[in-house]
Amino acid sequence: MTGYDLSLRVWRGDSGGGDLHDYTVGVEEGMVVLDALHRLQQTQAPDLAVRWNCKAGKCGSCSAEVNGRPRLTCMTRLNLFAPTDTVTVTPLRTFPVIRDLVTDVSYNYEKAAQVPAFAPGTPAGDDGHHRMKQADVDRVQEFRKCIECFLCQTVCHVIRDHEENKPVFAGPRLMIRYAELEMHPLDTHDRRALLRGQAGIGYCNITKCCTEVCPEHIAITDNAIIPLRERVVDASYDPITRLGNRILRRRR
Amino acid sequence: MATQTHTRADDQGPAGTAAPLSGAARARIAQASLRQDRWWVAPAITVAVLTGFVVYGTWAAFRNANYYADPYLSPFYSPCLTDSCPSDTLGSGLFGDIPWISPAILILVFPLGFRLTCYYYRKAYYRSFWWAPPACAVPDARRKYSGETRLPLILQNVHRYFLYFGVLFIGLLTYEAVGAFIFDGRFGIGVGTGMLVANVVLLGLYTFSCHSFRHLCGGGLRTLSAHPVRRRLWQGVSALNRRHMVWAWVSLLWIMAADFYIWLVAAGHLHDYHWVA
Repeated sequence: MTGYDLSLRVWRGDSGGGDLHDYTVGVEEGMVVLDALHRLQQTQAPDLAVRWNCKAGKCGSCSAEVNGRPRLTCMTRLNLFAPTDTVTVTPLRTFPVIRDLVTDVSYNYEKAAQVPAFAPGTPAGDDGHHRMKQADVDRVQEFRKCIECFLCQTVCHVIRDHEENKPVFAGPRLMIRYAELEMHPLDTHDRRALLRGQAGIGYCNITKCCTEVCPEHIAITDNAIIPLRERVVDASYDPITRLGNRILRRRR
Repeated sequence: MATQTHTRADDQGPAGTAAPLSGAARARIAQASLRQDRWWVAPAITVAVLTGFVVYGTWAAFRNANYYADPYLSPFYSPCLTDSCPSDTLGSGLFGDIPWISPAILILVFPLGFRLTCYYYRKAYYRSFWWAPPACAVPDARRKYSGETRLPLILQNVHRYFLYFGVLFIGLLTYEAVGAFIFDGRFGIGVGTGMLVANVVLLGLYTFSCHSFRHLCGGGLRTLSAHPVRRRLWQGVSALNRRHMVWAWVSLLWIMAADFYIWLVAAGHLHDYHWVA
């Protein structure tokens, strides 16, 4: 197994201030960025704050920015970089920092609490059970892959570059939550007015960075945000559809 | 299982909605972006190609000459609606005698509006021209940002109306492409025929892979299984939609190529090779 000395630059600090610190860490073939951070913690910086859990890309805890790109550090192999490269790790920019690489992601939970919960109607069958067909839940299952790493939230320029938009925009992760409910065959609630209002779907300008960074490869923009936008257009911006629905007394 | 049904009254969300968001400070990182890759390449290519298209399209639309080389009609001029148009093209003379305006200008708003409001092109030009943002995790160039919530950008929501015209144009271009097989009343095939048929096919792939079309076909339904035909249609459009970007670029470049070929033939710079039965 071949090893080398990695130039690692890590942001250290808290909400009062901080700076990039340079370290040299011995690493081996097959390691990921999180391994290098742990090696750094074990050998030189025992007080380094880094959040992690599963080391398998499924818990969404170890999100950080590696060379400026939001990534899961446990899924970012060091062989992505040349041995001579400096690897820079910084905390997620969009959220308040607690210490070093650990940020306060409460914003996402506060936004999640605002989504009206799943609201199934009266069961259709006499036995009181809800039933649904696989064909109706295929597209919803893609959204259930979300691991809540919040990489899509941190990369979204609507809130990353404009802190003032946080109260009016829910962010891509919550858009897939809305999509999951809006497309659910048993749900009865109409969230389109909420999407246009409180969730601020109109703030998204379809630049697809959320899709680019998603470690679960969920087509957030194409399969969630744009279909939701089209539903909002149905309800708010398309007079012909609205008139047609009224004349035909069509209900969703 | 307990059940509940929400009504419009719930649209303001549960729990009073406006929970205060965390006010602690972000990490103060001196560098605006730490990306080391060449993130500027993609927006630079977009700027180059779209600017090239605008320059070529302006010349093509305003030249008002050499857009017809029997039996080929340039797609920029299809449908050709004034008296100056060749008499055997669809809609010729519909708008009467207005020689001071190019027939291409009369119809330009429809394809232009379709592409300008397209969900893919929005990504392309917001990134490359608006710099909002120029690339992922690279700062937005604008200090204030309201997305597509206000005028004029809220008008992007009319995309589906341009789609309706887009579908109509596919029909008109198909008619002209079929006409490109008829040389003085006899069946034939020429290089121009191939150019125009490929043009319709590529524009069709772009138009029918549209996100709004996907929604209209069945994406807007909650229970797809109750509508088997629309579900099948939605699946087909979804498959096309995955390559919407590819169709957007290829059809854009091809329409230029087809127009340029017809201009070359019409202006006498090139001979059109064709076989006639």
